[in-house]
Amino acid sequence: MSAREIAAAVRAGERPAREVLEEHLAVVDARDGELHAFNLVLADEARAAADVIDDRVAAGEDPGPLAGVPVALKDNLCTRGVATTCSSKILEGWQPPYDATVVARLAEAGAVLVGKTNLDEFAMGSSTENSAFGPTRNPHDPTKVPGGSSGGSTAAVAAGMASVGLGSDTGGSIRQPAALCGVVGMKPTYGRVSRYGLVAFASSLDQIGPITTTVADAATVFEVIGGHDPLDSTSIPRPSPEIMATLGDGVAGLRIGVIDELMGAEGMAPDVLARTLEAVAALEAAGATVGEASVPAAVYGITAYYLVAPAEASSNLARYDGVRYGLRVDAANTADMNEASRTAGFGDEVKRRIMLGTYALSAGYYDAYYGKAQKVRTLLIRDFEKAYEEFDLLLSPTTPTTAFPIGEKTADPLTMYLNDVCTIPSNLAGHPSMSVPFGTGDDGLPVGVQVLAPSLGEDTMFRAAAVLEGAAP
Amino acid sequence: MPRISPEDVAHVARLARLHLSDEELTTFTGQLDAVLGHAADVEALDLDDVAPTSHPYPLTNVLRDDVVAPSLDRAEVLAQAPEVEDHQFKVPPVLGEAP
Repeated sequence: MSAREIAAAVRAGERPAREVLEEHLAVVDARDGELHAFNLVLADEARAAADVIDDRVAAGEDPGPLAGVPVALKDNLCTRGVATTCSSKILEGWQPPYDATVVARLAEAGAVLVGKTNLDEFAMGSSTENSAFGPTRNPHDPTKVPGGSSGGSTAAVAAGMASVGLGSDTGGSIRQPAALCGVVGMKPTYGRVSRYGLVAFASSLDQIGPITTTVADAATVFEVIGGHDPLDSTSIPRPSPEIMATLGDGVAGLRIGVIDELMGAEGMAPDVLARTLEAVAALEAAGATVGEASVPAAVYGITAYYLVAPAEASSNLARYDGVRYGLRVDAANTADMNEASRTAGFGDEVKRRIMLGTYALSAGYYDAYYGKAQKVRTLLIRDFEKAYEEFDLLLSPTTPTTAFPIGEKTADPLTMYLNDVCTIPSNLAGHPSMSVPFGTGDDGLPVGVQVLAPSLGEDTMFRAAAVLEGAAP
Repeated sequence: MPRISPEDVAHVARLARLHLSDEELTTFTGQLDAVLGHAADVEALDLDDVAPTSHPYPLTNVLRDDVVAPSLDRAEVLAQAPEVEDHQFKVPPVLGEAP
């Protein structure tokens, strides 16, 4: 049952929200011991919230477009009075004094919060293995990673422990796990969803987005959480996006470009390429004009990203100093206390990125690294602009391979980073993009195809995603 | 030639308030060197006339109306602090050491 079907049944009084919730909690009980999608399950709070929804329906009220829909929240989204850890020891036990805007909007729409989900510490990773609380496993094959960093929310949705998940996407952290777990994952245009209450990783790249089992569910959640928020100064001053109205319009007449440089990216697996070409054929059969697109700077995306994101992270994570919240390790003076707290609280990947960012920003190296990366970002935006003169949408695989074994890439950070080759360009340009499941690889595991659009082009992007969903093998 | 030396890594660790063991210093130096080595692919690009991008969506002078609104609850905020005294965050001595 999709989230839209759940909400329709709950609003019509045909199914109690409580019954829907209990079904999902039963799956949590059965599977989460093995999968570890959740850092925290809020069973009692969720039951109380579901009962309130049912009372409102009984009283003749409409609880909203997500009435009774069980939701899993990535544990870097602030929930007032409820532990928010970022899967880091440095924030273990922290209870934020406010709700993220997306959390408030989901509640207003009638959604029921099932729990907080696991992630790579501070969203830094592509496999959810960098969590201080242990890895999450892929529901399709528990010996494999679910992808990351939103691996917990994605595994929760793929396993049926929640109907909808929210993740954050800085370099692919929604789309890459969605591809590896066989669900839909969408990153909005930068600024379209408020970041208020999202614990910052790389502020010029971070966006919150939905993880769902259907394209229409992703559209509905995006409509609920999107739109201007005065609490985020980077929020685009536009009302809530309208996606559902045109979702079924098809792709007839649309020009769709397949990104050459990403099809030929380092490490691209033949089975993933084959599914992508089948997706291209499906769009063509549905009336789209398909061609080869060139975005030459896309191949430099990883280099730019792994300088820009750590630079911003090194600044953002300076706030964890043992003074106002989170872990404090006592020492004789404040500087030593700062260092002891950060050394004990952060994991290795976070330390690596803080040091990389500090180095890229330091005197003598700024121009060579951070400055250069910012210029590559401009090149990439120009290349996209050129491609969008010729095409309405662009297409690529979401990831170079299907899900890989747990432990395979943890020793070699650079190999892990190469996973994000197809997803990073959209973050650097601030463009929307989404992953739609499209068949399986030779190993039987899910493959995702990525649809990319220019800024504010989500409505057109979703039309192509809906066609792909209908044509998927 | 390596792009980053153990001395460089020790320096940035100090700037970032992180303590590294000798073993960590060796491991991190190798890993950071590999990542920075990957940056070599952009070095050949002629970027002299390219302006840097720091933010993907142009918004300028985002101001709120100058009206009083509720802020976070002080007690709720302070309740999360490791140590508090007289409604203030308390830290060890900034200069010198604790008596």
